[in-house]
Amino acid sequence: MTVAFSTGRGKPPGPASGRPDGKLPALRRLISNRSNFLLRYSPLLILALAWEAASRLQLASSLALPPLTDVARAWIELIQSGDLVGNGLSSLYRAGAGLALAILVGGALGVFMAVSRPANAMLGPLVELFYPMPKSALIPVTVLWLGFGDGSKILLIFLGCMLPVTIGAYNGARGSDQHLLWSARSMGARGLRVMWDVVVPSALPELLNGVRTALALAFILLVSSELVVARQGFGYLIGYLGANGSYEAMFAVVLTVAFIGFLADRVYQAVVERALRWRE
Amino acid sequence: MARVTDAMRRRFAWGAARLAPVVTLLAAWEIFARSGAVTPFMLPAPSAVTERICEDALGGDLFVNIGATLYRALMGFAIAAVGGVVLGAVMARNALARWFFDPIISVGFPMPKIAFLPVIILWLGLYDVSKITMVVLDAIFPVVTATVAGIASVEKELLWSARNMGAKDRELLWQILLPAALPQILTGLQVALPIALIVVVVTEMQMGGYGLGGAMMQASRFANSRGVFAGIVEIAIIGYALVAAMAWLRRRLLAWHQEGREG
Repeated sequence: MTVAFSTGRGKPPGPASGRPDGKLPALRRLISNRSNFLLRYSPLLILALAWEAASRLQLASSLALPPLTDVARAWIELIQSGDLVGNGLSSLYRAGAGLALAILVGGALGVFMAVSRPANAMLGPLVELFYPMPKSALIPVTVLWLGFGDGSKILLIFLGCMLPVTIGAYNGARGSDQHLLWSARSMGARGLRVMWDVVVPSALPELLNGVRTALALAFILLVSSELVVARQGFGYLIGYLGANGSYEAMFAVVLTVAFIGFLADRVYQAVVERALRWRE
Repeated sequence: MARVTDAMRRRFAWGAARLAPVVTLLAAWEIFARSGAVTPFMLPAPSAVTERICEDALGGDLFVNIGATLYRALMGFAIAAVGGVVLGAVMARNALARWFFDPIISVGFPMPKIAFLPVIILWLGLYDVSKITMVVLDAIFPVVTATVAGIASVEKELLWSARNMGAKDRELLWQILLPAALPQILTGLQVALPIALIVVVVTEMQMGGYGLGGAMMQASRFANSRGVFAGIVEIAIIGYALVAAMAWLRRRLLAWHQEGREG
């Protein structure tokens, strides 16, 4: 992907032109990048046009596939009425809280299992047992325990996202270089100090990979649980609009959720790339 | 008669040691549930849950539900596996296909496709077709990306020498590219399988009907917590068995590969 962006750049700014404008090459680079961007993502544009055409030309019933422009209009209305923002914020709060808990507890658990043999012997089989469990099965229980509100969703996301983080942290921390550990100890570092300065940084790449899996899972579990039982949130809004037959608005919310999930992943990757730059 | 060797004894002890935490957890659950600290509604004892599973099994409902869930999950998974490998192989070998599908795959992969569930219900109704479609939609992405990456990383020397010896495109695909990409393709499938299970359970919960997810939702509506916990245990066992089966299949298929010999 990066290849597409690095080729076809404008001329590098050089003194040869004799003009004091660093602006022009930058502008040219921007345009050239943008045309690469367009070329790369044009299939999505083609799909969008095909969608619009299919419903405008009555190839598909406008009920089953409302024209994309109508969906866009419905999206603007949803924003103006505040429905999308309100439900969206409550969804993002649930996903964020559940994921944060999962990263904290799951990460600590994984590192703990990697450094302590008894902990590994105790917890390893349990992690192995629960890891392949389809976490969506927990939706009814979390509702049973905590009701229809935020609590049950946060608990579900926490439980569902914890183990990928644990396994990432465990694999990462277990792979940390013994020589580093020995030299840290020989230089007088002890206990938590070693943990924080040596084990956690060397576990970081795999830990962050586990978090990426957890991030995707968080969105899946969030939307699933809100679709099945909720009185608020994206999933609830989708179900409510669908049941009322406002399909344009339903499509608008579905696309919004899908886009936010995509965006979260991209932002996360960009942040991770930055955070791991010290490794190069 | 087989003699009990040291190795067997050691393996048995190892297995028992790994089972101990699970048994401890079950015992703690039983004691906690019976202690009166929580109502049986909040947390039924494992013995009560087991009883319920046995009742379902004797009544035959359990097998109908397991059959329905497994059929949808595995059908969707199989379609995603075949479709994903085909699409991935085409993308890896054909620039036009890569241009068209690459942005769709890279944008679609991180999306929570489960949000499209109401749209799929609108289009395809409430029955197996829409549940299986949903599974395919979610499970196909990891297979495609793994296949593309796997084929792209096949060593050029292998391709050159095969070409030199006169391999045709079809032979190249079946005898060089796919076998060499197999480890990565299997990793993609191992990612896709749990996704398929998560999705099938959600679709069943949302749409009702036969299936373990539907049965759980029904139990939950009638505030039957034993039924809900029985569902969790059943789904967990099925998930564990399928994931273990997939890992076994990987070892079998990669017996010729370096990876297989290391283990």
